[in-house]
Amino acid sequence: MGRTTPRVGVVTFPGSLDDRDALRAVELMGGEGVSLWHADHDLRDVQAVILPGGFSYGDYLRCGAIAAHAPIMEEVAAFAQRGGPVLGICNGFQILCESGLLPGALIRNRSLRFICREVWLRVETAGTVVTGDLTPGETIRVPIKHGEGQFLATPDQLARIEGEGLVVFRYSSRHGVTGDEHNPNGATNHIAGVRNEAGNVVGLMPHPEHAVDPDVGPTGGQAVFASLLATAMARVGA
Amino acid sequence: MTGGELHRQLGLADDELDRIVETLGREPTREELAMYAAMWSEHCSYKSSKVYLRTLPTEGPVVLVGPGQDAGAVDIGDGLAAVFKMESHSHPSAIEPYQGAATGVGGIVRDIVSMGARPVALLDPLMFGPLEEERNRWLLAGVVAGIGGYGNCIGVPTVGGEIRFAPPHSANPTVDVMCVGIALADGLVTAASRRPQAGSLMVLYGATTGRDGIGGVSVLASAALDETGEGSRPSVQIGDPFAEKLLIEASLELVERGLLEGLQDLGGAGITCAVSESASRAGLGAELDLDVVPLREQGMEAFEILTSESQERMLAIVRSSQLDEVRAVCERWGLATAVVAELVEGGTLTVRHRGDVVAAMPARSLADDGPVYERPLEPGSSPDGDDPTFRPFEGDLREAFLTVLAAPNVASKRWVFEQYDSVVQGQTLVGAGSDAAVIGVPGTMKGLALSCDGKGRFGALDPYLGAAHAVAEAARNVAVTGAKPLAITNCLNFGNPERPRVMWEFAESVRGMRDACVALDTPVTGGNVSFYNETGDSAIWPTPVVGMLGLLSDHRLRVPSAFARAGLAIYLLGDTFAELGGSEYAEAVLGSLGGRPPALDLEKERALLDLLHAAASDTLLSSAHDCGDGGLGIALAECAIGGGHGFAVAIEGDLPPHVALFSESASRAVVGVTPEHEEALVSLASRHDVPAARLGETGGPRAAFDGLFEVPVVELIDVYEGSIPRLLGETA
Repeated sequence: MGRTTPRVGVVTFPGSLDDRDALRAVELMGGEGVSLWHADHDLRDVQAVILPGGFSYGDYLRCGAIAAHAPIMEEVAAFAQRGGPVLGICNGFQILCESGLLPGALIRNRSLRFICREVWLRVETAGTVVTGDLTPGETIRVPIKHGEGQFLATPDQLARIEGEGLVVFRYSSRHGVTGDEHNPNGATNHIAGVRNEAGNVVGLMPHPEHAVDPDVGPTGGQAVFASLLATAMARVGA
Repeated sequence: MTGGELHRQLGLADDELDRIVETLGREPTREELAMYAAMWSEHCSYKSSKVYLRTLPTEGPVVLVGPGQDAGAVDIGDGLAAVFKMESHSHPSAIEPYQGAATGVGGIVRDIVSMGARPVALLDPLMFGPLEEERNRWLLAGVVAGIGGYGNCIGVPTVGGEIRFAPPHSANPTVDVMCVGIALADGLVTAASRRPQAGSLMVLYGATTGRDGIGGVSVLASAALDETGEGSRPSVQIGDPFAEKLLIEASLELVERGLLEGLQDLGGAGITCAVSESASRAGLGAELDLDVVPLREQGMEAFEILTSESQERMLAIVRSSQLDEVRAVCERWGLATAVVAELVEGGTLTVRHRGDVVAAMPARSLADDGPVYERPLEPGSSPDGDDPTFRPFEGDLREAFLTVLAAPNVASKRWVFEQYDSVVQGQTLVGAGSDAAVIGVPGTMKGLALSCDGKGRFGALDPYLGAAHAVAEAARNVAVTGAKPLAITNCLNFGNPERPRVMWEFAESVRGMRDACVALDTPVTGGNVSFYNETGDSAIWPTPVVGMLGLLSDHRLRVPSAFARAGLAIYLLGDTFAELGGSEYAEAVLGSLGGRPPALDLEKERALLDLLHAAASDTLLSSAHDCGDGGLGIALAECAIGGGHGFAVAIEGDLPPHVALFSESASRAVVGVTPEHEEALVSLASRHDVPAARLGETGGPRAAFDGLFEVPVVELIDVYEGSIPRLLGETA
C-alpha cells in the first residue's frame, strides 16, 4: 500500500450521484479512492481525477454548466494541462464539455426519455489514459443511464474530432457493428466518448464504474479502470 | 366566511368540530381549525381504517420498529436494520401525473431518511386504465417520467414495482411507491431511542415554505375527485430533487455524527404534523414561532404556513449545545436552517405569529387523539358473469397463448423500467422485470429481496382472497430468489369509505391480509391507506398492495428466474386446479370478469415457501419462477424469454389443456434443476409435502408444448417485448 497504490480522486459536486460508486470501482480495481469536494481548491495529491455521474447543482441550467465553474474545476483544468489523467463519466463528461476541456456538447436523447440499459461500446483508440489495456475494435459491455446523452458537435468540430481520431468509444453491436439500432440516444456518428488531443482527458456517457463488479452487472469497465490506474501508477512520485 | 362554514370547507364534520370545542373548552381559532382539519383528515388520522388496522399482526422476532413511526424496521443481522415503507400519491398523480408521482417519491424517501437510514431502493407499483385510451397513455407517460425525473436525480435506484391495467383505474390511477433503507440497528432515530427533552430545539431545514400543496391532505387525499380534477391542481406540490439529494446527505451526516434527538420529515399537513407528532411522541408540548419560518413568498397567513406541504423540508430535534454543529453541517450542504420551535413540558402546542398566539392545544389531541370511526359495512356481491372455468375452449390454443403473453398485465414492462436508474449505488444484484429485485447489503454478503404485489381482479371478485393472494404472491416472489420472507409494508387503495360497500371491501381485505401474514409469519411493519379513489359512482377495485421484504443470508445463493442453460429438468412445484376465475386468460381471451378467484391454502403456501428456501440453501435450483399471472404456460414462456433457452414440456393430467396452461392456482413455482440434483429436489419436495411434477427439459430454440403447439423463442420475445411499445404507438 502507500507508495505503490495510485491515488484516484473523485469529485463530489452537490447533486453528484455516482461518486461513491466511482470510489468503490477504484478500490475494487486496486487503487486508493480519494474524495474531493467541489468547493475546495485542493486535489489532495491524487494521480488521476474522476468527475462522476449525477445531476450537479440539479442541472437546472444546461447539464454541467454550473459545475464547470466550481472552484475545484480550476484545479482540474490545471491538472489536465500538466498531463494529469482526467475521466468524466456521464455528468462528468458534460462538465468537461462545458469546461472546454473536451469538444462537443450533449443534448436530450433522441427519444426524449431517460434511458437505463446495458450497451456495447466499440473501442476506437488505445491512445488514452483509459484505453491503454484495450485494443481498437474490441467491444466492451457497460450500462448507460442518462436523459441528455446525445453527443453533438458543429461540422467543423466533428471534422476535427473524426480527423484527429478523438473518438474513444462508439455505440455498436456486440460484434462492433455500428448502426441506429445500436445507438441508444441518437449520438452523432454513434459517439459515446471522446478525448482531448493529448489523450489524458476522456469523457464518456456510459458508466464503466458500474461495470466492474461481476455480482452486479457486466465487467466492461474493468479494463477502463485498469488502464486509468496504470496511467496513474506511472505518475506516482512524478 | 362564517365560522360555521369554515370547518366544513376545511373538510371537518360537524361532530368533529364539537370534539374540537370540547378539547379546547372554547371555539377554535381559524388557525386551530386548519390544524385540526389537516391532522384529523382521513389521510393523516386513519380515522376510518384504524379499527381494522389494529387487527393486523405487527410483532415478531425480526421487527425492530412497527407501525406508528415514519417507517417500519426489521433486523437483518450484522447489527443492521432494513427500514421500509409504502405510500400512495394517487390523487395528485391523477391531476398532474409528473409532479404527483415525483413528489410521492420525495416523500417516501424522506420517511426513510427520518428513521436515520440511507435509502437504497425504490419500487413503484402502478395501476392505470387501459392503454387504448389516450388519457391513460398520457397518465402512464407522465407518472413514469415523474418517478424517473425525481428518483434518477437523488441517487436511489428504482428496482421494481409491478404495473397493471384495469378499467376502474382510468379515472383514478393508483400510484404507490415503496422505499427501502439500511441503517445501523442501534442508530435508528425513533422517539423511543432518542428521548427528546424539554428545552431541545426544533430546527427546520431544507427548502423554504411556500403556498404550494396547501390542503393536500384534506382536499386532495381525503375526498373523491371531480371528473377531471382540474380545480384541485393548485393543491399539488412541486418537487425539487436536487434539494432532496442535499437533504438526504445533510440528514444522514447529522445522524452519523450523533447530533439529533429526533428527525421528522415534513409531508402531509406540513409543519403542523411534524411539530405535533414529534412533541406528542416525546410526551411534551412545543412553542412554535411562525415568524422565523423561511418563506418563499411574502404575506403568507399563519394557516398557510402551518399547513403548507412545500417539499424537501425536514425537522430536526437538537440540544441547544449542538445547534452550531447542526447548522454547520446544513450550511456545508447549502441548506438554510431555522429554529422554529422549542420542546416544552406540559403537552401544549402553542403557535405564535406576528407576536400573537394564534393557536394553543394539546399536541396529543392533534397527533394521536383524532376521531375513530366504525363506519357501516354492507357486503358486496361479486361482479356478474359466469365462471370462465367452465366455459368450453373454442379457437386456437397457440393463438390464445400469445394473446395472454401480449396482455399488458403480462407483457414486458421494459418501456417503463428503462426510464429508471436501477444501477446507482452499485448494489443492484437483480433489477426490475424479475420476480423480486435483489439488493446487496453493503459490507456483508447478504441480499434484500423486494417485491410489490396487488391482485386487483381477484380483489374485485373477493376482497378477502384478493388481499390474501397479494401477500402470498409477494412472499412467493421473494422466496423464488432463495430469500426468506421477513415482513411486509402495504398500501391499501380503496374508494370512498363513507360508502358501506367500500368499507366492507376494506374490512374484508384487512382480514385477508391478516390471515395471510399470520400464516406466512410476515408481520406488518407499517403502511398507508388511500381512500376516496373514485370518481362519480366509479371506484377502483379493492386494491391492497403488499411490499414484501425478504432476506438472503448469502446473495451468492440467489436463484435466477430464467432458464440460463440447456439440459435442465423443469419441475412444477404445487398443484394445478381448474381455476380460471379472475385470470389473465379470462380477461384477455374471453373478456370475462366473473366466477371465483383461485382458492388459497395458506398451509400449502407456507410449505412451498419453506421448500424454495431450503432448496436454494442447498443450491439445488438453477432457476425458480413464480407461477402466477397467466398461469403455467406464461411462467414457462417467461423463463425461456429471460434466459434465451427454449424448452419441451408435456402437460399431463386430467385438466383440459387450456385450463392446465392458464389456470392461476396459487402456491406454485416453476423450477429448473440440473440432472444431478433432480433426486434431491424430489425428495426435499416430498419431505415438505409439496407435489413436484417433472414437465420436461430446457434446450433448443423453441417453446414446445408436446402435442399442443410450439413457438420459436424469438417470436415469444417479439410478442412479449413488443406489446406495450405497440400499444403506445411506438415500434418495439
